[in-house]
Amino acid sequence: MVDPESRSGSPVAFDPAAAAGWVDAPPRMGFFTDTSVCIGCKACEVACKEWNGVPASGLDLLGMSYDNTGALTANSWRHVAFVEQPRPSGDDSAAPAGAGSTEFLGMPGAAPPGRTGSAHGRSDFRWLMMSDVCKHCTRAGCLDVCPTGALFRTEFGTVVVQEDICNGCGYCVSACPYGVIDRRADDGRAWKCTLCYDRIGAGMTPACAQACPTESIQYGPLDELRDRAAARVATLHERGVPEARLYGHDPSDGVGGDGAFFLLLDEPEVYGLPPDPQVPTGDLPQMWRRAGLAALAMAAGAVAAFLGGRR
Amino acid sequence: MTPRRPPVGERFRRFRDRLRAASGNIRAPSDDARTAPGTARPPSDDARTASGRRGVPPPEAGRRRGRGGEELTVPPAEFSSYYGRPILKPPVWTWEIAAYLFTGGLAAGSSLLAAGAQLTGRPALRRAGRLTALAGVTASGVLLVKDLGRPERFHHMLRVAKLTSPMSVGTWILAAYGPAAGLAAVAEAAPLLPERGPLGVARRMLPPVGRAAGLAAAGIAPALGTYTAVLLSDTAVPSWHAAYPDLPLVFAGSALASGAGMGLIAVPPAQAGPARRLAVAGAGLELFGAHRVQTRLGLVAEPYRVGHAGRLLAAGRALTVVGAVGALLGARSRVVSAASGAALLAASVATRFGVFHAGVASARDPRYTVLPQRERLQRRADEQDR
Repeated sequence: MVDPESRSGSPVAFDPAAAAGWVDAPPRMGFFTDTSVCIGCKACEVACKEWNGVPASGLDLLGMSYDNTGALTANSWRHVAFVEQPRPSGDDSAAPAGAGSTEFLGMPGAAPPGRTGSAHGRSDFRWLMMSDVCKHCTRAGCLDVCPTGALFRTEFGTVVVQEDICNGCGYCVSACPYGVIDRRADDGRAWKCTLCYDRIGAGMTPACAQACPTESIQYGPLDELRDRAAARVATLHERGVPEARLYGHDPSDGVGGDGAFFLLLDEPEVYGLPPDPQVPTGDLPQMWRRAGLAALAMAAGAVAAFLGGRR
Repeated sequence: MTPRRPPVGERFRRFRDRLRAASGNIRAPSDDARTAPGTARPPSDDARTASGRRGVPPPEAGRRRGRGGEELTVPPAEFSSYYGRPILKPPVWTWEIAAYLFTGGLAAGSSLLAAGAQLTGRPALRRAGRLTALAGVTASGVLLVKDLGRPERFHHMLRVAKLTSPMSVGTWILAAYGPAAGLAAVAEAAPLLPERGPLGVARRMLPPVGRAAGLAAAGIAPALGTYTAVLLSDTAVPSWHAAYPDLPLVFAGSALASGAGMGLIAVPPAQAGPARRLAVAGAGLELFGAHRVQTRLGLVAEPYRVGHAGRLLAAGRALTVVGAVGALLGARSRVVSAASGAALLAASVATRFGVFHAGVASARDPRYTVLPQRERLQRRADEQDR
């Protein structure tokens, strides 16, 4: 696998809005989601649905802790993940074999897991919660492959679908390395978080960040958020939470850094995030080159078939 | 609370049953090396996980044992995931796209065959090629529009031209190729027109127009036959993306072989010499490319070898060999030639659907997303250490 060129260079000052042709663009805005203070209240999910008029997703119990949303979909633009782990919080002893795994501990139940009324069967656990959202990548696969121009880069550096243009080709769905954007079944078009384009254009805070009671979801200029996040990680490390790490903050990663990045307390895949996402179009020049070679082979085969024999 | 509400808890019950079945099996010695990547496996829709787990020890006992610190019989997790759910969204494309891979390739191969026949004076082969190309490209258009979430908005594709979007590039390739292939095919109707009157003018004008259009179509055909490989590779779907160096070869070979297959069916053996050679060339390219895809990609080659996709690709390989051998040996027999042609067409269909389904399978299983990315991170870390 060939890494995209961005890795060798240092596109730190890359401004996607300016690259998309915006003149005098405002600072790039984004989300910093600090999962260490998320309480799993799902106010973000509700506020997002309310403000953006997102249809109901239907009611089903998934048996995945308190997560009955399941994943980011066309009808869920925020998704709160609940990770149950048989490991006490703050356990910084050498990572056990099962570290990073998710185990279903039977929640929701009448009592917290591990409390069985007797010593038998009692277990330690920790509960991780994380509000997931579209990452608004610096190098966005969905935006690159959209054949209609329905997806566009806003002046705030975010990525938004224009619902009156999208014809539901579904290419963006396969091109997203995070599995965020999705086609709505009964509507045929692709939908995802807009980072509340309408609200931030009017100087307001996106609905989810506004509703978050613990400031787990923070909205602001991306540079500022990155500084704040680095400070938060340092604080947590100081307080004895060595597993705290940032995800999606690095402008030299495979997608050029995320506009919405996270502070996580375990490996990304534990939360359903890819550990090393790459924008698919990073390899596109090589792909066209290989296709060109194959096309030449095809033409050569045809020529040879007609010149190669009498009959 | 809507009346359309699904029955609450049905999925949960299914999940719990699978979980119990699976957690029992994880502890049992397993000959299936591909099970138990983590304790988070159960909710996968994969039949592999759900099946063959009945009749295992009582689940409650199994689970309690597993949680105790001492008797840690669970093998170390190969990778972790969020309740075994896929990270990526599987492609929303349905069979139409796989079928289009075939019809587009068939049209491309046929146009090349028709142009060769045109230049070397083989009218029967030319006619068969042009008509097949028109049929192929018409079917392609219908399939592509049908697969859209909003078919009535298909023309929105023509708003922009984007090199970063293989679908946009493909739209313009089709927009150029379609009319050319259509004109070339229509020109075959010239002898049916009356010799006098306005239609007589058309009768005289069509053949030269058809010749030019046929050559134009053949000029675009290699692009049409290979861009679809980029269309699939330029996604986050692990098995499609990783296959980008060799997938174009598979598709180019498959396009040539299917075009040649149609020629073998439509033309008497005496005039099918070029189709025969084209069939062998296409089959060779396809087999070479498919072999590389199936063997050089490490873990993400697995979906090309196992399951539904693996069976389709194996069938495609066998049919390709049969078709190519039949094309070579059956030079005297109309029946053998036509059967070989049919085998080549079937091979192309099987190969396209196999590649399509392999990608979908790789997106559905988080192991194909997580493990290669973990390896990449590890490699990078090792490089930095050095």
